Amino acid sequence: MKLRTLTLGLLSASALAFAAHAESITIATVNNADMVRMQTLTEDFTKANPDITLNWVTLEENVLRERVTTDIATKGGQYDVMTIGTYEVPIWAKQSWLLPLDKLGDDYDAKDILPAIAGGLSVDGKLYAAPFYGESSFVMYRKDLMDKAGLKMPDAPTWDFIKQAADKMTDRANGVNGVCLRGKAGWGENMAFLTAMSNSFGARWFDENWKPQFDQPEWKSTLQFYVDLMKADGPEGASSNGFNENLALFQQGKCGMWIDATVAASMVSDPKSSKVADKVGYALAPDNGLGKRGNWLWAWSLAIPAGTQKTDAAEKFVAWATSKHYSELVASKLGWASAPPGTRTSLYANAEYQKAAPFAKMTLDSINAADPTHPTVKPVPYVGVQFVAIPEFQGLGTTVGQLFSAALAGQSSVDDALKQAQDAATAAMTEGGYIK
Amino acid sequence: MATQQTRSLARFMMAPSVVLLFVWMIVPLVITIWFSFQQYNPLNPIRDGFVGFSNYALFYSNPAFLQSILNTLTLVVSVLLITVIGGIMLALLIDQPMWGQGIVRILVISPFFVMPPVAALVWKNMIMHPQYGVFADIARFFGAQPIDWFGQHPMMAIIIIVAWQWLPFATLILLTALQSLDGEQKEAAEMDGAGFVSRFIYLTLPHMSRAITVVILIQTIFLLSVYAEILVTTNGGPGYASTNLPFLVYQKALLEFKIGQASAGGVIAVILANIVAFFAMRAVGKNLDK
Repeated sequence: MKLRTLTLGLLSASALAFAAHAESITIATVNNADMVRMQTLTEDFTKANPDITLNWVTLEENVLRERVTTDIATKGGQYDVMTIGTYEVPIWAKQSWLLPLDKLGDDYDAKDILPAIAGGLSVDGKLYAAPFYGESSFVMYRKDLMDKAGLKMPDAPTWDFIKQAADKMTDRANGVNGVCLRGKAGWGENMAFLTAMSNSFGARWFDENWKPQFDQPEWKSTLQFYVDLMKADGPEGASSNGFNENLALFQQGKCGMWIDATVAASMVSDPKSSKVADKVGYALAPDNGLGKRGNWLWAWSLAIPAGTQKTDAAEKFVAWATSKHYSELVASKLGWASAPPGTRTSLYANAEYQKAAPFAKMTLDSINAADPTHPTVKPVPYVGVQFVAIPEFQGLGTTVGQLFSAALAGQSSVDDALKQAQDAATAAMTEGGYIK
Repeated sequence: MATQQTRSLARFMMAPSVVLLFVWMIVPLVITIWFSFQQYNPLNPIRDGFVGFSNYALFYSNPAFLQSILNTLTLVVSVLLITVIGGIMLALLIDQPMWGQGIVRILVISPFFVMPPVAALVWKNMIMHPQYGVFADIARFFGAQPIDWFGQHPMMAIIIIVAWQWLPFATLILLTALQSLDGEQKEAAEMDGAGFVSRFIYLTLPHMSRAITVVILIQTIFLLSVYAEILVTTNGGPGYASTNLPFLVYQKALLEFKIGQASAGGVIAVILANIVAFFAMRAVGKNLDK
């Protein structure tokens, strides 16, 4: 009798423990403003799902990437929901590391997701991550400086126009640089910009047989144009400027133009943080008349690793955080301008959002102008606009980024940088078994 | 005098900690060596397996490798020169009786309490930044072009930051040595007519030699593994201009996920550190026996 009671007691205790355990999910996310805001709004989720508790692991982008990549590759199982980008999704889905998101509930409107974003997060037509916010890149410029220069920014400028405008706006004596662009090395920093830019110059990373293309004239003209432009009209120390550094420069009125992520628009037009908030105009990323623009496509998205034991709870959470309901929740608390941008068609059809966010139309047009499945003028064997969705790319992209950053700093010539990039890419592709 | 029994007892009682220490060191080393012979890339798990010495060959043939060795040595030697010479001078200076001596000493050693990433951030954004930095302001005040430290002179910038952090340590150790110098000896030398310079060369410097040795040995160990300052300021660039060996290993392991090559780099780093330590001990370690 005693033994039976004890066994029963133990069993029920362990069942209780299991139940409590099963309902706590761990979410790894990036420390961007939108994600941090989501954490403050989770009461809405936990009220509707009282049996689920959420543990947050919030990290800076590079650290997050290291942690989640290590966790999923070694099957560590630390996280039940991971924040990943459009780069990881196709690679990880192919390795069967992610669960397809086809069970997000009946009221989850998956068809509402912008087609370009959905394309970047799907493999063989199945969605493997739900977008939290999406972005492309475009030109942000100072209307007052354009007027002073006697120019008018077209909605769809060419690179030649950008160069001409930058030359006229540069006023070093008053601390104004014609153009600010990313120079800090990294596949997600300067190479995101340069790869997207190279698309509009007709360049590509690899030909159809995975042969690196840095020895081709298109890359030479891309890099030469970039280095010349930055030397003539860029800020001091541009080779260590990434997104955040350029954002600060632009907000303080030190840049005439800045070509970068569309999510920056809400920050440069916010009078609380930007000195030039009322003077900013927007235009599509430049082109060269070859049919491709120099804009990229990215979405921070929530995915569920295949190894998780708590699929149901994880799916419920992903569905909540990426739903239309969540956008409305943010809008009701903080106004429409703060709604996560770039993921849903319905947001851009919303008159209130259009009124609150003057950059809405240009953001949508930029996102729609990017095609991750056909990113370049010539055919390529990869997907991804500002990256190449193969596992080797984050290493190779950063190496090439270092070489190009050295060219910008004047530590090596454009020709040397391209030659070394060609060698590094050839070595990486040989090592990866893509070419013999 | 220990008897045979007490000596055996001592050995017996020390054995667990010695074994633990040994395992503590040997297990990670063995794992690193084992991985250095494997093709292991968690992102591309299809091509795993034993690959002989090819990781070492790949790490060696990497264009960043020789540059990183050169940078590692440049960093160690430059920072040692700055901190030892600067440390001696500062120690002599703050050893002088002066008003507010306590505060001056605390100010001099305070950089040592700042964590390396924090120090690097402050130097990067507030002091050396070509737009907002104090140096840039000074340059502009005199009508000169601000220096782009991290773009044009990345190694020099890192050497300055690291030397700033280690100078207090050297100063502190050398000051203690200086204070242990017998006052009567100094007086005797002075009465014999020795000037400041000869007193310094024949009395103070020989007296400080053991402390200098300690400073060099301890700093060498830490300077071989400088990493945070590089990560925060230049990320190893532009190009490979400021990549040192630990940074290159980090790049291979956590940016490229080439665990095999990173392990090979780790083994090479251990071997190199031992070579440097061997020569350092030979060159300056003799002082410690006296």
